[in-house]
Amino acid sequence: MINEKLLEIREEARKRIEESLDLEKLNAARVDFLGKKGELTQVLKGMKDVAAEDRPKVGQMVNEAREEIEKALEEAKRRLESAAMEAAMAAETIDVTLPAKGRLSGHRHPNQIALEEMERIFTGLGYEVVEGPEVEKDYYNFEALNIPADHPAKDEQDTFYINGEMLLRTQTSGAQVHEMEKGRLPIRMISPGRVYRSDEVDATHSPCFHQVEGLLIDEKVTFSDLKGTLTQFAKELFGEDTKVKFRPHHFPFTEPSAEMDVSCFKCGGKGCRFCKGEGWIEILGCGMVHPHVLEMSGIDPLKYKGFAFGVGLERIALLKYEIDDMRLMYENDVRFLSQF
Amino acid sequence: MNTSLNWIKAYVPDLECSDQEFMDRMTMTGTKTESFKRLDKNLDKIVVGEVKKIDRHPDADKLIVCQVNIGDKDIQIVTGAPNVNEGDHVVVVLDGGKVAGGHDGGPLPEDGIEIKAGKLRGVESFGMMCSIEELGSSRDVFPDAPEDGLYILPKDTVPGTDAIEYLGLHDTVFEYEITSNRVDCYSVLGIAREAAASFNKDFHMPEVPVTGEDAAESASDRISVEIIDRDLCTRYIGRVVTDVQIKESPDWMKKRLRSAGIRPINNLVDITNYVMMEYGQPMHAFDLSTIAGNKIIVRRAKDGDVFTTLDGSERKLDSEVLMICDGEKEIGIGGIMGGENSMITEDVHEVLFEAATFNGPNIRKSAKRIGLRTDASGIFEKGLDANNAMDAINRACALVEELGCGKVLKGAVDVHEPLPEKKHIPFEYERINEFLGTDISRDDMLSYFKRLEIEYDEGKNELICPTFRQDLLGFADIAEEAARFYGYDKIPVTLPSSGAEGGGLPFKMMIESVARDVAEFAGFSQCMTYSMESPKVFDKLLLPEDAPERAAVKISNPLGEDFSVMRTIILNGLLTSLAVNYNRRNKDVRLYELGNIYIPKSLPLTDYPDERMQFALAFYGEGDFFSMKGVVEEFFAKAGLKKGTVYDPNSGKTFLHPGRQANIIYDGAVIGYIGELHPMVRRNYELGDRVYVAVIDMPEVVERATFDRKFKGIAKFPAVTRDLSMVVKKDILAGDIEAMIKQRGGKLLEKASLFDIYEGEQIKEGYKSMAYTLSFRDPEKTLSDEDINAVMKKILNGLDSMGIELRS
Repeated sequence: MINEKLLEIREEARKRIEESLDLEKLNAARVDFLGKKGELTQVLKGMKDVAAEDRPKVGQMVNEAREEIEKALEEAKRRLESAAMEAAMAAETIDVTLPAKGRLSGHRHPNQIALEEMERIFTGLGYEVVEGPEVEKDYYNFEALNIPADHPAKDEQDTFYINGEMLLRTQTSGAQVHEMEKGRLPIRMISPGRVYRSDEVDATHSPCFHQVEGLLIDEKVTFSDLKGTLTQFAKELFGEDTKVKFRPHHFPFTEPSAEMDVSCFKCGGKGCRFCKGEGWIEILGCGMVHPHVLEMSGIDPLKYKGFAFGVGLERIALLKYEIDDMRLMYENDVRFLSQF
Repeated sequence: MNTSLNWIKAYVPDLECSDQEFMDRMTMTGTKTESFKRLDKNLDKIVVGEVKKIDRHPDADKLIVCQVNIGDKDIQIVTGAPNVNEGDHVVVVLDGGKVAGGHDGGPLPEDGIEIKAGKLRGVESFGMMCSIEELGSSRDVFPDAPEDGLYILPKDTVPGTDAIEYLGLHDTVFEYEITSNRVDCYSVLGIAREAAASFNKDFHMPEVPVTGEDAAESASDRISVEIIDRDLCTRYIGRVVTDVQIKESPDWMKKRLRSAGIRPINNLVDITNYVMMEYGQPMHAFDLSTIAGNKIIVRRAKDGDVFTTLDGSERKLDSEVLMICDGEKEIGIGGIMGGENSMITEDVHEVLFEAATFNGPNIRKSAKRIGLRTDASGIFEKGLDANNAMDAINRACALVEELGCGKVLKGAVDVHEPLPEKKHIPFEYERINEFLGTDISRDDMLSYFKRLEIEYDEGKNELICPTFRQDLLGFADIAEEAARFYGYDKIPVTLPSSGAEGGGLPFKMMIESVARDVAEFAGFSQCMTYSMESPKVFDKLLLPEDAPERAAVKISNPLGEDFSVMRTIILNGLLTSLAVNYNRRNKDVRLYELGNIYIPKSLPLTDYPDERMQFALAFYGEGDFFSMKGVVEEFFAKAGLKKGTVYDPNSGKTFLHPGRQANIIYDGAVIGYIGELHPMVRRNYELGDRVYVAVIDMPEVVERATFDRKFKGIAKFPAVTRDLSMVVKKDILAGDIEAMIKQRGGKLLEKASLFDIYEGEQIKEGYKSMAYTLSFRDPEKTLSDEDINAVMKKILNGLDSMGIELRS
């Protein structure tokens, strides 16, 4: 009798659960079957009418029915919750191709990027970065660099003068002298900064631009060390496949002097419009510090030797980032700056 | 400097190389060769022709039909040239040949112009007769060519032979960049000597026979020389030529001059030009009959003197200009240009040749002041070897005789300072190797030097350098010669042996790097602007007449007023850049710059000015004063400035909005300012939007910045908060209220944050409502109500004393 009743309840519960299409209905079904006044509870209440010896058996049957209904309720609940979440998410679908939000960060100037790259390379080689004055004394810009009063190089560089003694430096090389005069040897330094020459503004000239000077002084330094250092620099800056060429040249403050060309990074040296068909691009001047320059700065040229180099920062940036007009560098149009 | 290969081969006969090889090798030994140009580029199948017969074209008035003999046969050529006659010898390009350009002398096409047989108005033509322009040349160097028409060859040319050979165009011209230390290379002989050394071939100086030995008269019979200003003229040599016959120079000389881009004129002029090219010694020729008193005096001009140079122009002189004078008058500007009053004319009979050496810098400065830079002055200004002057004048005299230009008188008049002597330099070959990082043998080194005419004294182990090598002064110069001829490319590639230690950025630059990071994170892009600007900037920024910023470092020779003072205030560049962007309709532009200003310690400038790095930010578009303030505080936090910043609205910047500006004060010092740009300044820069700026004086920041950080632990006990809502007079600053709360709140006060500020309805006129949340915490224990109430009481008393009422 009870057995039949239980089977009936189980069947009814199954149906009710199946028909419960939301959590509310499902909960009502739970109350109706398993609640204090629920059907199964009613059955248990009827246990007093059951013969004592049958009670454990009936109890077991009721428990089985309860477990089955609970399990079905649990499953249905999970199913309905999941469906509700899916539905909610479906309603929340967004167009992921809409524009990004929030202000984007600003950009570093290409000169700065090139400079930081060079600083990274040379500080890695143990060079210190030092600064020298832009408004400079004639002595440091010229005389101490072996360019005496009447030297034609003084004209070549089209100097801005403040007065007879002070000028705007035409090269960062004066920073070498300041460093040497400190008397702390050996020296490994690079010195970036602004330099000035009396050139009208055009696509390749600016009256104000940047150079990076390099100086190494030690007891045993050779021209081959200069070649090695700058070869490594060129490879790090322009890529491992870069080839370099050192050509004899003349600078008053170095002897021997050289200019360094790198293989064109656009065509790899075959010759193209970028390198004007040469396959090579000149990027810096360098040389062994002239003994007279060492001497003037109080360094014994018989004991110490050194090399120096000077790089035009804009030149590197223009080449590396393929910028075809130097004026862009000082105009600061954000459409230019934001490309770096 | 340009030279042709054929001219160089005249002194280095064994030289054999392609044009490219020549350029590459010379460049790698230090004579930088910029480019080369083949003179016979695109000239194919071109021969001498003789015009046998001319007929009118049956159908065209302006054309004629010529029968032209080209050696083995006659061919028919139709031409429109106006200047051809029967019997003329002409330059003929045959069917299938090429010429370099059109007859109009325009730019030469890269691949030339191909000439094919064809019909002109129905009459067959089997080639073309050429103008000088079609041969890629010009009347500049072929002055005998007609302005319009064919180039007519002399009658002694042979029909059928190579006309290009005859014209001397089978040659290549190289262009060099000569460095200022190699004066000797501003000459064909100098380049040829380098070429011989570079290719290890023999070098032959021209043979110069002695002239005038048999003459009855000596130069000194006809002329005397006195140098008064010996500081400006180190040597003056005069030689005299009589019985002068002006005529054309021979072909070989004309060809060489042409290859150097020099127009042949007549034998006398050509000789001086030729010797200037060959020896690098400019010369001058005076008509001896115009020289008064048979004497030459070399002296400075007088201020205000006016002199007419041989180009007919009047030149204003001053007392630093060196003049060549005769017994009565000035006859030439030394080293720059001769005078009209003594110049050579067609009917000259006797000539005084001058070869002199001058003070180079004086020539350079004089030429600049007079505004007359000539080929001669361009060479003299480099400072010439006085010994070379004698060789050059003797060469000129030998050419006079060779060309039948006149009779040379005996000897020379030669006045000079002590002549330069050969420099002796110890030969330290091991030291050279040590310096270069090479292993060049002693013999190899000596062989390089020998090629350069550097002698070696074995006994004294000294190198003896010729005087034309003024650049060889000591050890390093000798090492360079060894390196050049050993080959820079063969020198090994090594790294300095001593280990790398230290290195890196100084603290100042690390803080600058923090500034860049913060600015860029906040959307600012980096600009770079000129550090020199116009003094008008001070007016644009509304600075009063007595503003200290107006005391700027002035450039004495600026490019113009716009670049004439060194900036004393950083903003102009940024505002100008903002204006560029605004004008180009770029939206929401944020820019920053890290750049120096230049503050003179005194004017006129006698010592270094204070170069102060400024971190300046500016923007228009989205954002306001407080967004800028946020960037500043973010920077201070990242730079380790943690003591709290104070903003003082009494900052007095004329270029900022009077109600929206503040000095930024940290640790008692003004370290910058912030504000909205004054509307008038905005108008001056044509900026339509509101602009906010902040300027931070980096030396002040760097002095206080630190990367040290110490962990203080995370509070274990809860914070307790109290809200304060108050009505405050409008002119009381939030900063002052916060300072009071902080001071009275003591250690227990963790934070006071403003969460509401309001003016308007419900608040009485002249007041604002403000609400703060105060948060208290004790790191050691949970705070009790009594603890907090005690502190709150102090704060409330403080508010009371500021006249602030609490809102109920």
